[in-house]
Amino acid sequence: MLRVCLKGANSAARKCLCGNGVPLHPLQQCRSYTSGGSGSSAGKIVAASVLTVGGGVGGTILYANWDPKFRANVEKSIPYSDQVFGLALGPAAPPPVINKPRKVEPVQISSMSEMWKDSKQPKAKEVEKKAEQPDAEGPPAPAPQETLEAAAKCTECEHEPAVKERPEGEVAARLAEQDKAEQDLLTSLSSNLEDALGSTAKVTLQAIGAQEAALQAIAQHTRQLREAMEAEAPPDKKSTQWRVLEDALSERSRSVDEAGAAVLKAKAELDKLRGVIDGAKHLKIAAARPSILAAEENLHSMVVDLDSVVTRVQTAQSEAKIVSQYSELVNEAKAQFQKELNSITPEIQANWKGLTGKLTQDDLNSLIAHAHRRIDQMNRELAEQRVREQIHIDSALEQQKLEDKKALEVAVSTALEHNREQMRLEQEKKVEETREVMEAEMRTQLRRQAAAHTDHLRDVLKVQEQELRSEAEEILNSSLMEKETEYRRLTQDQLDSFTLDMNAAYARLKGMEEAIDSHVIAEEEARKAHQLWLSVEALNYTLKTAALNDPTEPLEGAVQAIKESCAEDEFAQALATALPSESLSRGVYSEASLRARFYAIRQLARRVALIDETRNSLYQYFLSYLQAMLLFEKAQEAPPAKLSAEDLDTFKLLSYAAYSLEHGDLELAAKLVNQLKGESRRVAQDWLKEARLTLETKQVVSLLSAYANAVGLGTTMAP
Amino acid sequence: MSEKELGKKLDRCLADSAVKLGAGLGLGIVFSVVFFKRHTWPVAFGLGMGLGMAYTNCQNDLRAPYLIQRNIKVSNATKY
Repeated sequence: MLRVCLKGANSAARKCLCGNGVPLHPLQQCRSYTSGGSGSSAGKIVAASVLTVGGGVGGTILYANWDPKFRANVEKSIPYSDQVFGLALGPAAPPPVINKPRKVEPVQISSMSEMWKDSKQPKAKEVEKKAEQPDAEGPPAPAPQETLEAAAKCTECEHEPAVKERPEGEVAARLAEQDKAEQDLLTSLSSNLEDALGSTAKVTLQAIGAQEAALQAIAQHTRQLREAMEAEAPPDKKSTQWRVLEDALSERSRSVDEAGAAVLKAKAELDKLRGVIDGAKHLKIAAARPSILAAEENLHSMVVDLDSVVTRVQTAQSEAKIVSQYSELVNEAKAQFQKELNSITPEIQANWKGLTGKLTQDDLNSLIAHAHRRIDQMNRELAEQRVREQIHIDSALEQQKLEDKKALEVAVSTALEHNREQMRLEQEKKVEETREVMEAEMRTQLRRQAAAHTDHLRDVLKVQEQELRSEAEEILNSSLMEKETEYRRLTQDQLDSFTLDMNAAYARLKGMEEAIDSHVIAEEEARKAHQLWLSVEALNYTLKTAALNDPTEPLEGAVQAIKESCAEDEFAQALATALPSESLSRGVYSEASLRARFYAIRQLARRVALIDETRNSLYQYFLSYLQAMLLFEKAQEAPPAKLSAEDLDTFKLLSYAAYSLEHGDLELAAKLVNQLKGESRRVAQDWLKEARLTLETKQVVSLLSAYANAVGLGTTMAP
Repeated sequence: MSEKELGKKLDRCLADSAVKLGAGLGLGIVFSVVFFKRHTWPVAFGLGMGLGMAYTNCQNDLRAPYLIQRNIKVSNATKY
């Protein structure tokens, strides 16, 4: 076979090549191609095919070894390939399992919560450790987190720090209170001091003024006394002088008394001031120190002034005393002399100085004798005095020394006290200054510390705030969700019950509506069925309008009517559309006409019984005609149940068909006519077509009428 | 109608044969008279040609349905 093919190919190739006028080369190629291949070509082909198959299989196995997906695909698509692969490559590696990260989140959460707890605890410890910092948020913050006992513990913690430290607000309040108290005290103190100072100053000034006045008065008195002593004035002027002197004396005494009283008052005020200052000092308010110091200085200066004035007054007084003593002595001497003079010359009048013209010689002699006697007495006294002078002087000196010493001691003590006071004041001032400096420094340091502390507190508070916030949010969210689910559940329950009731009512309503609708529908169906039946009847009637040899009227109208009458009925619609188009447009032939026509067909079919594809010359026509004339068959013969091969003869078929037609079986006749072959078939073709049309139409119409009847029956049967 | 076809064909045949025969006769006579010195054989020839043509035409006409036309491709039988 191969050789034949090759030869055929050869010849064909040659023919086409030669036909085209192609040069010799391809022919030679052709020839060489085909010349040596006859013997080993089969072997070559076998070898080539074996190689190809082996290469394909090996390549597949190699690639499967390299690519597991491809291996899997091949195993899936080609059966038993997995065994081959298993033999060649070994079992396939299992696919890499991708493990989901299971259960990592809870661990993380737990670790986070632990971290959180740990962070809380050192904070709590810090709170407890740091007693100075008012940390009220520390104890309450862990409280909501932990259990009740922890909360109890924390309340205890809260109580404990309250002993050492007070909460910030309280401290602040306290400090504010303290400040206010201090301020109040300060203001009161300063006001007190000022008042005291003011009054003391006033009184002291008054005292000083009084002392000055006393001094003035004493000085004036002394001066006047001296003047009175030394001046020689006429007696009336002397009396005025003495009167003036008396006035001066009284004034002096008065002013001295006043000065003394003022000094006493001043001293009392000074003591009071000192008491106030001491009280202020006892209060130990730092801010008041400068004012206290100032007050003390003032006090000291006042004291000093007062003392100086007092000493001046005292010296003046002593001077005045001397002068008054002198004046007293003089007066005494004068009085003595006067007395003596009076004793001697009683008749002399007092103002003996005016008596120089009136004195007698005796008087004068007695006077001179008295004077001489007096002079002698005086001389004697003077000598005595000179003798006792030294003793007197010594005693006086000693007395003076004593007095001087006393005075010195007093002065020294007062000066010492003053100095001491001064030094104390200076020291206090210096202390005050240093204290201020220290305080300023301390304040800056404290400020720095406070700043650092506030920063730290701020950070800590921020972190705590965040934590607390997130906590609170969590709690809020969880509680919210709970509430929401609860609410949803309740509403859902309500909704469900309501829906149930509504559904029940609705179902009943629907049932009622459906019953009514079904009634309506049933009636509608009945009407439709009736209509359908009517239209089908019309169609039937149109079928009967076929005249002999003429087709019926076109069925289109009736079919249209049917289609309209059964618009929703799919079956009827399908059937209506199943009618052949020729029947609609042109109508169908009746059975009788077909039957009549059949005889003509039969004649013709008999005449051309011998003609088919192979035999169709004119001679065959002649022979066929001859056969038809000479052959006799039964006019009608009952067709058997099964057609055998010999029954397929034209004449027999025609007689069977005639028989069936006579007995009204158009279908069988058509079937039998369909078995004709050749020219007879061609001749009967039209008739067959018409017969088919008629049969189809009749079938559809019968179906439709059956359907209409069934529907009508169904509707009448409906309850 | 397919049954009337045969009759029509035969009618055509007859008409055609009549025409052909007549034409053959005529041409034969003409040829015989003009070219062939009134021999009878051109007439017979013409008649025969006419008859033959008519026969062939009739045959072809009757065969026409069974002819396979060239422009219709015959599909490969080995397909199924």
